[in-house]
Amino acid sequence: MQEAFAAALTQWPASGIPVNPRAWLVSVARRKAIDRIRRRSSFLNTQHQLEAEAALASEPAPDAADAETIDDDMLRLIFICCHPSLNRDAQVALTLRAVCALPTEAVARAFLVSEETMAQRLVRAKTKIRTAKIPYQTPEPDRLDARVDGVLAVIYLVFTEGYAPTTGPDATRADLSAEAIRLARLLDRLIPERPAIQGLLALLLLHDARRPARTTLEGDIILLEHQDRGLWDQAGIAEGADLVERALRAPDIPSVYAVQAAIAALHGKAASFAATDWPQIVGLYEVLLKLQPSPVIALNHAAAVSILDGPAKALNLVDALAAREALDGYHLLPAVRADLLRRLGRHDEAREAYRAALALVRQDPERRLLAKRLAELD
Amino acid sequence: MQYLLLIYQNEAAYEARPQAEVAATMAEYGTFTQGIIKSGNFKGGERLRPVATATTVRVRDGKVMTTDGPFAETREQLGGFYLIEAKNLDEATAIAARIPSARNGSIEVRPIWPMGEY
Repeated sequence: MQEAFAAALTQWPASGIPVNPRAWLVSVARRKAIDRIRRRSSFLNTQHQLEAEAALASEPAPDAADAETIDDDMLRLIFICCHPSLNRDAQVALTLRAVCALPTEAVARAFLVSEETMAQRLVRAKTKIRTAKIPYQTPEPDRLDARVDGVLAVIYLVFTEGYAPTTGPDATRADLSAEAIRLARLLDRLIPERPAIQGLLALLLLHDARRPARTTLEGDIILLEHQDRGLWDQAGIAEGADLVERALRAPDIPSVYAVQAAIAALHGKAASFAATDWPQIVGLYEVLLKLQPSPVIALNHAAAVSILDGPAKALNLVDALAAREALDGYHLLPAVRADLLRRLGRHDEAREAYRAALALVRQDPERRLLAKRLAELD
Repeated sequence: MQYLLLIYQNEAAYEARPQAEVAATMAEYGTFTQGIIKSGNFKGGERLRPVATATTVRVRDGKVMTTDGPFAETREQLGGFYLIEAKNLDEATAIAARIPSARNGSIEVRPIWPMGEY
């Protein structure tokens, strides 16, 4: 199996897409193994060589191959697809195509581009792997942390697009969320007991557990406050909560994913919106802001503050955030602002903010929700 | 496999530095270069005179046009290069990260395209 995945990356564009990538990988692996045996033939007598070739050629299925070797190859494949010298879009596309074995057409759909555009993008990425000689290997120990972070960022991005698609007709895309969870599980198995990986897997499981309650049958969004918590997937919540605890038990500085997962676990375990542990959630957002001072986290923090301390205090935070201009063009900034203004009874300003959010929103169900809120003000 | 490591840095900032700091950087460059010679990665390398000494040449409709300065005005300017042999991109970027100017400028790592390869 040694070089099969690398071969898969460089050969797919040239020879077309195999119908069954997994079986194809194994057959390539077998051919490669035979080549290697041939190359080493001076060390083997002819009889042994023929036996070895026969054994490899009759190998029935991937399951019969050495599991450890497959794991090694899978890990190297993940690292080459998520190599930092490829741009993030290319990393995500390659990972979906080569690691998740999604057909190019499905990868194209994930990015909302044509199959032809995606095929070209994949070819370009594979050309760079070949010509710049991006290595097919697990990173050196001193680079492993940074490289794992890169892989986690790719998985997080795939999940986010499934959890709340940037654009298009759907409020969620379960197929992408499922792929992200599958990837996180795989990585957790291949590199066990790493708090950042456990934290991310926990975060994905806890968020995905709420999916059945997040939309109506017609595909409209149901906000957390109004969700039927009986529809939440309790097994996912339990598994996620257990993983967060393990991730946070590590003595190091907690990973941002683990802290986000801890927030999700508090939501998951709350009996109702009112009975949620808001003081702890706000506190965790403050920890998160220290670990990773990102404007999106600051916006989420403000939303949690609005429940704990009321909309006036939260509005101050949101206005300060807006003044920094880091979230310009992000529809959720005016959307959160509109909500706070509505709750404060400042309806004219709320209307203006809803209109600003509507001008930026690109996902249909989110647009319908904002339009409904705006209409309710009249 | 060979890579060209292109060293970009802000010339104005570089020239404004105190003499002692420049001397320290030069010493660091010496150590670094000796290191990659010893490890067998070094294939060549030079520093370049400032862009103020640059001349750009173009031929258009058979006419040679010579202009003062570099091709593009950028925040960072090409100040030198190394040609190295590395087993793959990871080794090349690890070497690039050891170039003293990587700490205040940036290093572009470009694979050499051998003649005869498509």
